[in-house]
Amino acid sequence: MNNILLQSSIQVIPINWYILLSAALFTIGALGVMFRRNAIIIFMCIELMLNAVNLLLVAFSSFHSDAAGQVFVFFIMAVAAAEVAVGLAILTMIYRNVKSIDIDLLGNLKN
Amino acid sequence: MKGLFIVSGLGILAMLAEIFKFKKLVYPLVLIGLIAAYAVNFTEWNFDWSQGNPYPLFANMIRFDNPALAFSGVILAVAFFWFIFANDYFKNETNITDHFALVLFTLTGALMLTAYQNMVTLFLGIEIMSIPLYVLAASRKNDMSSNEAGFKYLIMGSFATGFLLFGIALVYGATGTFDISLISAKIAAAHGALPIFCYAGILLMLVAMCFKVSAAPFHFWAPDVYQGSPTVITAFMSTIVKTAAFAAFMRLFLFGFGPAHDKWATGLSVIIALSLVISNITAAAQTSVKRMLAYSSISHAAFMLMAILANNGDMSVPPILYYTFAYSIGSITAFAILYAISKSEGHDGFDAFNGLGKRNPLIAACMVIAMLSLAGIPITAGFFAKYYIFTTLMATTYKWLLILAVLTSAVGVYYYFKVIIAMYFKSSAKSEAVAFDSTTTALVVITSLLTLAIGFVPNFIIDMLR
Repeated sequence: MNNILLQSSIQVIPINWYILLSAALFTIGALGVMFRRNAIIIFMCIELMLNAVNLLLVAFSSFHSDAAGQVFVFFIMAVAAAEVAVGLAILTMIYRNVKSIDIDLLGNLKN
Repeated sequence: MKGLFIVSGLGILAMLAEIFKFKKLVYPLVLIGLIAAYAVNFTEWNFDWSQGNPYPLFANMIRFDNPALAFSGVILAVAFFWFIFANDYFKNETNITDHFALVLFTLTGALMLTAYQNMVTLFLGIEIMSIPLYVLAASRKNDMSSNEAGFKYLIMGSFATGFLLFGIALVYGATGTFDISLISAKIAAAHGALPIFCYAGILLMLVAMCFKVSAAPFHFWAPDVYQGSPTVITAFMSTIVKTAAFAAFMRLFLFGFGPAHDKWATGLSVIIALSLVISNITAAAQTSVKRMLAYSSISHAAFMLMAILANNGDMSVPPILYYTFAYSIGSITAFAILYAISKSEGHDGFDAFNGLGKRNPLIAACMVIAMLSLAGIPITAGFFAKYYIFTTLMATTYKWLLILAVLTSAVGVYYYFKVIIAMYFKSSAKSEAVAFDSTTTALVVITSLLTLAIGFVPNFIIDMLR
């Protein structure tokens, strides 16, 4: 019963608004990755991109009355956590070497 | 499928080796395991899929049909050569069991990418392949350039994953399924009448996959990552990972989005043209052989993308298969020689190869074969690889790309020949031979002979899938 209520309340808003909201969140995330210089903020922006996708998947999943979309969201969450764990480990390693997390310091490989 | 089980089992075994103290046994076990996986892989050849799925537990998310098995075979064979090449690396690293486990999990992801049938397995395959690679790229803890390579790879990889996922979400919204063959059927049935965001999703996935195969203008991370990572890992990334990424790209765009070809073909042709021009011109200006090989891998990516652009369904698969094998074998030879040379000379510039023709005639001859193959000179495998791609593209309206490809290949010949000229026509202050251990020598001789052999009988691989 609750389930049906939830589904109908999601569907009160037309799907296009969900698409616009996720696209906006995704764009903010993508711009953040490209223009911010602090590595932690970059990770947060990547999370924002992934969460925009999660929102969109859940909305579509509800509109299609198909659980597959929501299952996908679980996979994305798990993988995003793994990715951030590896990312923060690499970041810690970089911090030990240069005592900073500003990515402008990472220009050594350019010829 | 059984090959996938064996490889992931080997990864777990490698981690257990640390606890149960049989570290010394891991290397031979992995080699035996890879041979077993290769053999078992082909027992599933020509399976009749109309009889039902032999692995129903996976809900038809993964499907080892003939193209998938063929690409798995290439990946496993190249992985075997790679492990032999990397014996020195595994001897000298600390925590070798972790390295083994990471490499084997990357291989697991790569095998999954050859056979996915569902967007979920595509996403998981890409991530299982990429996450261990980020760690491997950054595995030199105190070397800043390795850290930087790992970090750049991670940021660019997750950025691309974001695009891929957004694309998947939009395609799912329009078609209501994650299964690529159902998506293909829905796109074909709709005759271009799907909501516009579906095509936006396809283009986003195109961008993401171009990031993964490092095609221009999404290639900027590749040279830095390839240069900063340990050479052995660079060889892994530019052969096995590239093969897997292409298998995935091909499966998605030929078997999934084939019916919407008119929507993505123009974008892809621009990407190919840019990759050909940018990569070849920048590669010609490099002074480091490792970085030159990184740029040349972008140009090879452009060639393989041409077969996808041709969109011939099943007919586009054999040229890509042949190309990945020829390219991987040639690259393994080149990287194995480069690794030994840069270790003894202390740098990886073109002048490190000076006088090699006199100092190590056999190794120099192998390097010549590898360079000729990568440049696409006849009777080597690389020539037939390009030839098959060109014939596939001949039948389409993209003939202008062929002209561009031939012109830029000529530039390619220039930078590959720079290595050959350094080896034979420039003299070095040192005259003693560079120390090559017998394993590396045997490996480069075998891979060079293989390059020549599949150049002599190209039909052997091409006919496998017909």
